[in-house]
Amino acid sequence: MGSLRSRWVAVAMLSPSILAVAIFVYGFIGWSARVSLSEWRGLNPDYAWAGLQNFINLFGDRRFQIDMRNTLVFTSFFVIGAVAVGLGLAILLDRHIRGEGIFRSVFLFPLAISLIVTGVAWRWMMNPATGDRVSGLNLLLGGIGLGPLQWHTTDPPWGMAFVALPAVWQMSGFTMALFLGGLRAIPEELKEAARVDGATEFQIYRRVIIPLLRPVLLSALIILGHLSLKVFDLIVALSGKDIRLDVPAIYMWTTTFDANNYAQGAAIGIVLLVSVAVLVVPYLWWSLRTEAEL
Amino acid sequence: MTAPALAPKAPPMAGARPRRRWAGTLVRYAILLAFTAFFLLPVWLMLITGLKRFAEVDLAHMWDLPSGIFLENFSAALAKLGPNLLNSVLLAVPAAGISALLGSMNGYVLSKWKFRGSDFIFTAFLFGMFIPYQSILIPLVQFLSAIHLVGGIPGLILVHVIYGIPITTLIFRNYYATVPNELVEAGRIDGAGFFGIYRHVILPLSVPGFAVVLIWQFTNIWNEFLFAIVLTRPGSWPVTVALNNLAGSQIVEWNVQMAGALLAALPTLLVYIVLGRFFLRGLMAGALKG
Repeated sequence: MGSLRSRWVAVAMLSPSILAVAIFVYGFIGWSARVSLSEWRGLNPDYAWAGLQNFINLFGDRRFQIDMRNTLVFTSFFVIGAVAVGLGLAILLDRHIRGEGIFRSVFLFPLAISLIVTGVAWRWMMNPATGDRVSGLNLLLGGIGLGPLQWHTTDPPWGMAFVALPAVWQMSGFTMALFLGGLRAIPEELKEAARVDGATEFQIYRRVIIPLLRPVLLSALIILGHLSLKVFDLIVALSGKDIRLDVPAIYMWTTTFDANNYAQGAAIGIVLLVSVAVLVVPYLWWSLRTEAEL
Repeated sequence: MTAPALAPKAPPMAGARPRRRWAGTLVRYAILLAFTAFFLLPVWLMLITGLKRFAEVDLAHMWDLPSGIFLENFSAALAKLGPNLLNSVLLAVPAAGISALLGSMNGYVLSKWKFRGSDFIFTAFLFGMFIPYQSILIPLVQFLSAIHLVGGIPGLILVHVIYGIPITTLIFRNYYATVPNELVEAGRIDGAGFFGIYRHVILPLSVPGFAVVLIWQFTNIWNEFLFAIVLTRPGSWPVTVALNNLAGSQIVEWNVQMAGALLAALPTLLVYIVLGRFFLRGLMAGALKG
């Protein structure tokens, strides 16, 4: 069989990628883990064994505790906001509305834009300045007799809730598209059957449609959840390195590249990785298993 | 079919239904339009600010329309960001191209030439899509400086190609899964080998797959920030890094920042407007089960 040779060619063609992923993903994770167990503080590598000391320091560190609280606040507002807005828009659009294509394009376009751009625009929209420097959304709020809000400069931890606003702006188109796909996959007969049974539209959503969207909701929660653990660009662009809006990804950055505390930086990286893995690995396993069943 | 059975129920509600439906439709459009305004607001602000004259720019009148179309802000922003926009092109175009070729080959092998362990390899690739890059950043910088690839654009291209392997492989693998195996089989019977089948069967069918992957990679690489700020020197900064630097500066006026932000967003926005449906497919691929 000539195909035996082809089989070897196939493996050979895949091998550069296998090698690259093995080194740049798994090898580097191992290397980072090793740095996180070292004494490396300074420009020159120092792999002297430190055991878990960097992790112990980290969890006792006030700044890291604040970071985790900030992440929690951000994640809650971001995930709930993006799911609620996305689901709401999907339900509105599902009714074969005129101009659906245009609405969909508008809700999705922020996904094509850099978070840095988003951050720059929103930093001026959420400008907290008062008096004669009042600007941005506070001007609009003032026009209807509200405000002025302090936005992301609100006292911790609630400033983080306002950071979630541009993030929701950016990502709810994605959840909308996910939910819309899920809604469109529900057979019309199911809704019709519920209607025949005398269910109101609201009941149909509550009892038939929303339960059927559970797998889509799970996907949305995992994608949004892991993104919020990694949030970095948006905060940098929104506030520079404002300590009140600090998160682990920024702490990793400053402690490694500004303070040259590589061991501690690597430890933060590993904590981030583990928290993402806890979320994503079961999801990957579930995704591929259900795919295999098809 | 069910209509006759329901007919007796219908008359009492006949008067109320249409009016309620009208009200419902009105509310639905009102909500959708409100969200449309919310989504367009930042771009609107960037646009009207960018089109103002320097003299007109004033925080208190941020939302006022410009008195005409003036390009002072854009030309000031372009003077600052022009070289970086070029850097971004020199980065994103080749990186997206190489990514797509590599992803196509990987997807072909993993869908049409499965071998023992190939599903495991695919899963191992996919995990690379989700990792926070902070967890590989220190070794990455060490490794790239050891091979003298830190500072310029080639190193950044390499990094984007490698960390793009998971998503590009995923998109192509799922895409090629829809190509019937009978076609591959027929090619084999005709005596075509691995490359012959790729070239004569797979590649001609791959245009939509390439469109999705090229657009997805171009957009993501154009918009990326973390690798760019760590791995490039100021002369090679792509536009995201330069824009962030501009925005953090106290001397650059906010109107120029806004114009710069719009300039930085323009290429990916145009791609999205022209080829949005391919963009959406890339987006959905990342959700795996979407």
